[in-house]
Amino acid sequence: MLRSRAAGLLISAFSCAFGTWMIVSGALGQARDARRSAASRAQGIAAWEQVYSVLTHARCINCHTATVYPQQGDDRQRHFANVVRGPEGKGVPGLNCASCHQETNADSTGVPGGHNWHLAPLSMKWQDLNDKPLSTAAVCRALTDRSKNHNLDGPGLLKHHEEEALVHWAWQPGQRPDGTMRTVPPLTHEEFVAATRRWAEAGTPCPRGR
Amino acid sequence: MATYQLNVNGERREVTVDPSTPLLWVLREDLKMTGTKYGCGVSACGACTVHVAGVATRSCMLPVSLVGERPVVTIEAIGRDPVGRAVQDAWVEKDVVQCGYCQSGQIMCAVALLKHMPKPTDANIEESMGANICRCGTYVRIREAIKSAAQRI
Repeated sequence: MLRSRAAGLLISAFSCAFGTWMIVSGALGQARDARRSAASRAQGIAAWEQVYSVLTHARCINCHTATVYPQQGDDRQRHFANVVRGPEGKGVPGLNCASCHQETNADSTGVPGGHNWHLAPLSMKWQDLNDKPLSTAAVCRALTDRSKNHNLDGPGLLKHHEEEALVHWAWQPGQRPDGTMRTVPPLTHEEFVAATRRWAEAGTPCPRGR
Repeated sequence: MATYQLNVNGERREVTVDPSTPLLWVLREDLKMTGTKYGCGVSACGACTVHVAGVATRSCMLPVSLVGERPVVTIEAIGRDPVGRAVQDAWVEKDVVQCGYCQSGQIMCAVALLKHMPKPTDANIEESMGANICRCGTYVRIREAIKSAAQRI
């Protein structure tokens, strides 16, 4: 009788301890997951800020305008010769992008070129109507909005940054008409792709704010 | 120097030039086709416009090395094209030309416009022709002629 009561008490104590351990370890696990998630988000946003530093460089943002025209130069002035966006971002008949921009840079004349030279669609505008770059949060939101970005998820955005010819052009922009080299974005292409990968693997988090 | 086989106005033309030579120089100096004009030399005025694979192209900034197999059509041959003929007839009808220096480029650009947009609005014309500069200011007559040509096509 005494032995069976002791056994019962032992089982109860064990169950209680086990339950407590489950609750505590669960809570600890959740806290750990939350810390890991926060760390991952922080790392993802840090990676995004590197991506943003490239996207807002003149070689990229000059063709991500909110206006009817592209820009040119490091001072991001309006493209000369009344060049306009046109319905498909490739200019208008008689004044297409291809009227001057060929498949490759023309260093002897200083005209940049690359495959399928065109403006980004207005859904991918990274500037406001006053030609001021949008905030890091706003560009991130636009870039990750699949209704605006040709339905690209994180891996899709990574592939775009890795392979798109006009993205590559930003690191091979050729010479200006005066023979000097055009500037390139602040990261190398490899660093840009690596930052995009870290951002994508963290779930493409965006900074808070406008 | 390098040798290029160019397709100009439907004919195979061989030139031996520096690869960086702009197509405009090849047309005018090597092939003696002087209908295409040198204006600004920096793609800003449109006087040098020719068609390369059907695209109105600024020949002053196009190195001959980048032309490749693409057919080139110049003002000398645009009248063989029905749209080109209609535009040239409209140019005569509306008496567009004043000094005439920019007009070969204007016509080449207008033909490119009408081939892609047979019934352009005033806004379409202004956008497409907006980079072809005429120091005589014949813009109003150019617009009238394009509309007249559009009715003929």
